[in-house]
Amino acid sequence: MIMTTPISEEVIRSLHVGQVVEVSGSVFTGRDSVHRHLYDGGKCPVDMRGSAIYHCGPVVVKENGVWVVKAAGPTTSIREEPYQADVIRMLGLRGVIGKGGMGKQTLEACREHGCVYMHAIGGAAQVLADVVTEVKDVYFLEKFGSPEAIWHFAVERFPVVITMDTHGNSLHSDVEGDSQKKLQELIAGI
Amino acid sequence: MNTKSLQASLLELVRRTSCDLPPDVESTLRRALAREQKGTTAKYALEVVHKNIALAREKSLPICQDTGSILFYVTGPKDLDSRAFRKAGDAAVKAATELGYLRQNSVDSLTGKNSGTNLGPGSPVYHFEQGSKRTIAVRLILKGGGCENVGIQYALPNGALGAGRDLAGVEKCLLDAVYKAQGKGCAPGILGVCIGGDRAIGFAHSKEQFLRTLEDKNPNPTLAKLETRVMKKANALGIGPMGFGGKTTLLGCKIGALNRLPASFFVSISYMCWAYRRRGCVIGGSGKVSRWLYT
Ligand code: SF4
Repeated sequence: MIMTTPISEEVIRSLHVGQVVEVSGSVFTGRDSVHRHLYDGGKCPVDMRGSAIYHCGPVVVKENGVWVVKAAGPTTSIREEPYQADVIRMLGLRGVIGKGGMGKQTLEACREHGCVYMHAIGGAAQVLADVVTEVKDVYFLEKFGSPEAIWHFAVERFPVVITMDTHGNSLHSDVEGDSQKKLQELIAGI
Repeated sequence: MNTKSLQASLLELVRRTSCDLPPDVESTLRRALAREQKGTTAKYALEVVHKNIALAREKSLPICQDTGSILFYVTGPKDLDSRAFRKAGDAAVKAATELGYLRQNSVDSLTGKNSGTNLGPGSPVYHFEQGSKRTIAVRLILKGGGCENVGIQYALPNGALGAGRDLAGVEKCLLDAVYKAQGKGCAPGILGVCIGGDRAIGFAHSKEQFLRTLEDKNPNPTLAKLETRVMKKANALGIGPMGFGGKTTLLGCKIGALNRLPASFFVSISYMCWAYRRRGCVIGGSGKVSRWLYT
């Protein structure tokens, strides 16, 4: 399934954990500095409504005056857990892209505001750089430095797996729960 | 030794390590891909991983943008000038960073400032050992931060796990560590383990296990059996690639043992992600590479 931004609330609410989808259109990188800035009441310099924020510190270089993305894999999302719910609400996000999943507050915000957590494949820096077709703009480059800046990427068929949906399901807590049961069985058998 | 040639050899070693996954890791990942069921997210994740490995190799770009800690393991003749070697290694790392083979990845712990060169206290790391040959064998591991964060050290006995000071206790710790890591270390991963030692040497020895290939067999039959057991059980946990659920949670488990003090019993566990970047070469008297390792 390919989803093009801006993504409607209806489409987002039709998604379920475990689904593989591809995102086309706009995604915006943002990690620790951006999240803290927004949480502290700072302004967002760009309208992200209907699109996704991507937890990623990309490697971007300027070649002949044009920004080129050299590597763009996801970073660990859980660090943004204290801020994410507010950021989803404030920016009108339909997706949060990252790796490792997030916690209860974010899951609740996904249910309330119509947003999903999209898990990118950790370490797949080249595959994910390859689907960035253009760097549209960059914000906070001087203030936060390149990896922490907001990079506006135009993407084509950016591959993700839905691991937290609007129905209160989290693949992460499911897998953790199942593996914990299995672990107890295994330990009892040693 | 010709410093320029040595530097060039080490630069090529860094490039290969960062951009070209070794064959034993790639074939283990391929077997994992074949094992996962069609239409699952586990299979999908591994397909993307394979695509990524091929793209990085083709473009000569980093497999993962977190180029990680830079760990050199050097075995040289008795008159190896370790200071000169460090200088050449530092220069190669700096050049590799400028060329984009490595991300600017070394941050001052007090000021938060990125050195921009990957050089600084503790980076890169060099381990020197004396060998019996005239040549220098250099092995390099790049170890990412995500997987380093899920490393863990247990002190036995451990009441919560019911783990005593024996191999059964060790086995319980290893399974618990895999469970705790879930997909966060970019599973499927590899465990490097040290039984015994003190807290520092335990972790150091656990990382040295990553110098072994995934296909080798532990020369100690007791440890070899433990490795096989842990692999089987850990993969039954169902955590799967990226923690999506699936059959492949671990690609390897490599265990070493050191003597311990009667008062302590540590089990030190390092976790390596699927982007298991390890390469090596033998460098002759001229400073040029005479042979590549792990090919
Ligand atoms: S854990 Fe490994 S694969 Fe994952 S982001 Fe870090 S270096 Fe890359």
